[in-house]
Amino acid sequence: MDLDYTDEQQAFRQEVRSWLEKHVPGKPLPSFDASREGFEAHRAWERVLAEGRWGMVTWPESYGGRGLDLIQWLIFEEEYYRAGAPLRVNQNGIFLLGPTLMEYGTDEQKARFLTSMASGDEIWAQAWSEPQAGSDLASVRATAVLEGDEYVLKGHKIWSSRAVFADWAFGLFRTDPASQRHKGLSLIFFPLNASGVRVQAIPQIDGETGFAEIFLDDVRVPAFNRLGGEGEGWNICMATAGFERGLMLRSPARFQVAARKLVELYKAHEAEVEPTVKAAVLQSWMDAEAYALSIYATASRLAAGGHIGAEASTNKIFWSEMDIAMHKAALSILGARAELLRSAPEAGDIGRWLDGYFFSLAGPIYAGSNEIQRNIIAERMLGLPRA
Amino acid sequence: MDFRFSEEQTMTADVVRELLNDVCQPADLRRLMGDGAARDEERWAKIVEMGLAGALVAEGKGGLGLSAIDFVQIAEACGYAGLPEPLVENAGVALPLLAAFSENARVAALLERALAGEVTVTVAHPANPFVADGDTAEAVLVVRDGAMHLVETAKATLVAQASVDPFRRLFTVEFEPSDATLVAGADEAGVPLAAALDRGALFAAAQMQGIAQRCVDLGVAYAKERQQFGKPIGSYQAVKHHLATAQVKIEFARPVLHAAAAQLEQGDLYSRARISQAKLACTDAADVAARTSIQVHGAMGYSWEVDVHFFLKRGIALTNWWGGTAFHRERVAARVFARPLGPEHTFAREA
Repeated sequence: MDLDYTDEQQAFRQEVRSWLEKHVPGKPLPSFDASREGFEAHRAWERVLAEGRWGMVTWPESYGGRGLDLIQWLIFEEEYYRAGAPLRVNQNGIFLLGPTLMEYGTDEQKARFLTSMASGDEIWAQAWSEPQAGSDLASVRATAVLEGDEYVLKGHKIWSSRAVFADWAFGLFRTDPASQRHKGLSLIFFPLNASGVRVQAIPQIDGETGFAEIFLDDVRVPAFNRLGGEGEGWNICMATAGFERGLMLRSPARFQVAARKLVELYKAHEAEVEPTVKAAVLQSWMDAEAYALSIYATASRLAAGGHIGAEASTNKIFWSEMDIAMHKAALSILGARAELLRSAPEAGDIGRWLDGYFFSLAGPIYAGSNEIQRNIIAERMLGLPRA
Repeated sequence: MDFRFSEEQTMTADVVRELLNDVCQPADLRRLMGDGAARDEERWAKIVEMGLAGALVAEGKGGLGLSAIDFVQIAEACGYAGLPEPLVENAGVALPLLAAFSENARVAALLERALAGEVTVTVAHPANPFVADGDTAEAVLVVRDGAMHLVETAKATLVAQASVDPFRRLFTVEFEPSDATLVAGADEAGVPLAAALDRGALFAAAQMQGIAQRCVDLGVAYAKERQQFGKPIGSYQAVKHHLATAQVKIEFARPVLHAAAAQLEQGDLYSRARISQAKLACTDAADVAARTSIQVHGAMGYSWEVDVHFFLKRGIALTNWWGGTAFHRERVAARVFARPLGPEHTFAREA
C-alpha cells in the first residue's frame, strides 16, 4: 500500500495541467445537447484535444492515444475536471465503444473507426434501448438481415443519447429471427445520415434534446459494420455495459469538483442555512472522496492484472445516488432561489445546480437502472438465487 | 501509488481469519455467555501464541513493529467474528500507548509481560466514558488533568457498568493519583494520547466494517435457506435490494478504511479527517447492515435465537467508542473547511 504519487506521476500531472491551462476555453461552451452550435463547439474541442493527443489517453499510440495506465488516467481526469474543461461530447465513443472495439474489433475495423473517433471527426450515439426494452436489453426486436454483404436494419430505437447531432450509432440487432432473448443478437454500427434513418429528438426533463428515437426503415450497412461474430452481440454488449457502469463513465474527479463547489456554496450562505445542511455538505464531500478512493483501489488492482467484477454495479449505484444527494444539498442551500432557471436575471450561475439536479435524476435510470444493478449485486456478488 | 495490500499483509490477516473462523463462531460465543466468563482462555492463548499482542509495538521495544495498515484487516476479522477478547484494544491501542512511556521502569516491566501475552493492559482514554475489559486487565492507563497514570487494577476501584453487548466488560475506574502512579505529565502525554485516539477510532472502524459484512453474510445465508410462498426469500427482489444496498455501503466504506490505515502515521489534519471519515462510513455500513439483516431474518431477527443480535449490539457499542458521530464529523469539517479541496488533494498530507 503506497498512497503517494511517484515522481513520474507528479510530473505527468504537471504536464497535463500546463497543457490544459493553455488550451481550455476561457468561457464555458454552450450545451452539446441543446443546439447544433453547442454540439459543433464541442466537436471543435475534441479536435483540440486530439491534436494534443489528450483525447484518448488510455488508447494505444497507434490510434491517437498515449497508452497510459489507469492511475495516469485518473490523474488526467482529475486535472481535466480541475481545469473546468468541457464535458466530452464523444463519451459514448471514447469510453464505451472504443474499449469494446479494441477488445473485439478486427484490425480493419479498428483502423476504420478508432482513428476518426479519436479525432472527433465521427461522434457516436448509442442505440441500445427500444420502446419495450429498457433495462431488459435482451428483449430487443430490431432486426438485421444479411443480404449479400450488407445488413438490412429495421426497427425502432429509443433513449439514444446524442443521436440528434451525432454522426454514427452502435446498436443491438436481432440477426437470427428465430432466436430468443440474448441469443441471436449482434452489435452493428450505422451512420445516422444513412438512407432510411429518421431521428426524432425527445425533449428531456430539462427541455434539452440529449436523447432521441431512431426509426430504421430498410437501412443498408456493410457486414463490415458488425462488431464481433454474428450472435455474439449480447456478450460484447455486457462488456461495454461494464465499461459504462464501471470505471470509465463516471470518473471520480467530476464529483470531487462538484463537492468542492458545494462546500464553496455552503460557505457563502452558511449564516442562512439550517444546521442539518452542514451534515449533508460534509457527507457529499466524504462520498466523493470514498468514490475516488474506491476507484484508485480498483485501478491498482486492475493495473496488477486483475479484472473488473461487481464494481461495475456497486459504482453505478454509488455515484448516481451521491450525485442526487449533492445536488439536493445545493438546492437546499439556495432555498427559494433554487427554482430559478439559468436565464433568470437574478440567477447568476446558480442555475447550474438546478440543471445538475435534473441531470442527476437520470443517473439511477440510465446505464442499467439501479434496480437491475441491485439484482446483479445480490445474485452475482452475494449469491442469492434468481427469481 | 499502489492501493493494494502486500501478500504478507493479506497472509497474516488470512491466518487470523482462519483461526477465528475455527474458534470464534456464534456457538462459541453462546457457550462463553453460558459460562458467565469474560474470556475464553484457550482462544486467547492461541491468539497470544501468534505473537499478536505486540503487533503494533516497535521492534526495538520488543514488538513486531507492524503499522496500522498491517493490522487493519486483523481488526476487521475481529469484528467479523465478534471476538470478545481484547485483541484490538490491547494490541491495537493500549500497548502502543504503553510503549510510548517505556523509559519509565514500571512501564517497561509491565510492557515486557504484556508483549509476552502474560497480561493485558487497558486504557481509560478521555474519549471514552468507561474502561473496557478492566476486570481482566493487569493495569489501566488513566488520564488525570492531562497527565498519564498507570494503575494496577488490583489497586483501583472498578465498578462494572453492564453493556448491551454481553461481551463488553465496561467499568468506571477510581484511584488515588500519586507520584507512584504518574507516568508522564500533560506535556508528554498529549501526543501519545492523540495517537491512541486515532488508532482506537481506526480499529473501531475496522471492527465495524467486519460487523457489517458479517450481518450481510448472515442475512444472505438465511435468505437462501428460508422459504416463503414456496421459494427462498432471497429470490424476491425486495429482499435482494435490501441486502445489495447494505453491501454497497460496505464496498464504499472499505477503501476509506484502508486509506485511513495507510495514512495514519502521517498524524496530520488530513490523516485525522480520513480516520474520522472511516469511522463514520464503517459505522453507517454496520448500522444499515445490522438493521437490514434483522429485517431479512423477519421475526427471528428480533430474537436471541439467531446470531445477528450479537453483531447489532457490538455495533451499537462501537458507534460511540473512540468518538461518536458528532466528534468525527467535526474532525472532517476541520479539514474540509480549512484546506483546499478537489481531486488533486485526495492523498494530501501536511507540507
